[in-house]
Amino acid sequence: MEFFKPATWSEALAIKAEHPDATPIAGGTDIMVELNFDVRRPGALLDLTEIAELREWSAVGDGFRVGSGVSYARIIEELGASLPGLAMAARTVGSPQIRNRGTVGGNLGAASPAGDSHPPLLAAAAEIEVASVRGTRRIPAAEFYKGVKRNAMEPDELIAAFHIAAADGPQQFAKIGTRNAMVIAVCSFGLALHPSTRTVGTGVGSAAPTPRRALDAETFIAAELEWDSPGPLRDSVLVRFGELVAQAASPIDDVRGTADYRRHALSVMARRTLGWAWDSYRRN
Amino acid sequence: MRLRCKVNGEALEADDVWPGESLLYVLRERLGLPGSKNACEQGECGSCTVYLDGVPVCSCLVAAGQVEGHEVTTVEGLADGDRLDPVQQAFVEKGAVQCGFCTPGLIVATHDLLERRCQPSDPEIREALAGNLCRCTGYEKILDAVRLAADRKAAS
Repeated sequence: MEFFKPATWSEALAIKAEHPDATPIAGGTDIMVELNFDVRRPGALLDLTEIAELREWSAVGDGFRVGSGVSYARIIEELGASLPGLAMAARTVGSPQIRNRGTVGGNLGAASPAGDSHPPLLAAAAEIEVASVRGTRRIPAAEFYKGVKRNAMEPDELIAAFHIAAADGPQQFAKIGTRNAMVIAVCSFGLALHPSTRTVGTGVGSAAPTPRRALDAETFIAAELEWDSPGPLRDSVLVRFGELVAQAASPIDDVRGTADYRRHALSVMARRTLGWAWDSYRRN
Repeated sequence: MRLRCKVNGEALEADDVWPGESLLYVLRERLGLPGSKNACEQGECGSCTVYLDGVPVCSCLVAAGQVEGHEVTTVEGLADGDRLDPVQQAFVEKGAVQCGFCTPGLIVATHDLLERRCQPSDPEIREALAGNLCRCTGYEKILDAVRLAADRKAAS
């Protein structure tokens, strides 16, 4: 097995162009499990951890460009106030040790439907910046996930960064698992209120072949919310929102839970997160 | 590959390293440092926790090739010669050890916690140690040891 350790981004892109089968590795929290258990033996590993610019983030316009190699621990610490939904999801990733190594770039590369960062990226309408020697392009999160562990990237592309707006309203994230640490989501849900556009963003995790938005639920709730004179939400509205989120999922029965349980849990998480976010909006 | 890195302050080399093997394997099988324990090999248990460039990580999830030119501190590197680190001393005094397999990882994780927060609350201790599993269920003594080490650190 070859091991490439480029020091610069342009070097990394040149290597990926020449060796499209090289598997990128950053925090190693997915890849190393496969290597340790001999599940997969890639022809080459492309270590991205020496590339300083992937570990940087910067404020751009009304949001941020966050390098794909910024760890979950740093997202919580350095960006948590501006990206509360993503930070809440990041806090549920693994353990302190895993959050020190794991990256959103890794989550995006693996494109597992259970990845914790996907629902908040969808809810905030983030864009993924991918690059190759041919150039750079940005892919909306909603178009990035293509199938179970498949994303919209070409074989010669690498993930440079993601672009995400600073929260313009309350954001929430909820995740079901058997304990609070070290847990893969049975299902998860991300929600972002966007008072500036009077819209609501959603992201459903671990309950379909890909992370996805709950579009009917978004349309329904955007019309129901009284942004200018925010009163308490009627139970019927909360329940309907939950139902529409559950309907957006297409879950399966597997070792972590049944499809029925996932649908039920999603409706509950959607109802609760909307209630929390709306209460927070009303208070401010 | 020939792997060069700094471990516990000492520049070390290992030959014939397969770059995809884990840092944990390098430490235990190539460098003769068996303090970090191999239990789950998938980042679930924290028994292999070490500092990599000053940040606690599961050494089973770091590829050997990624360590080239970097700095590692293992549980063996915490004591000052024969003098135990205060965290180690507290674990001994409070009997925070049953089978001992999880202990090295817990000590490194606790060491890091107390570097960051000298008087952690119980919820902060639990959160900081959430990635370290003790299957003997000895957590009460472990919490006692962390509190003792924190108190001593605050008093010193």
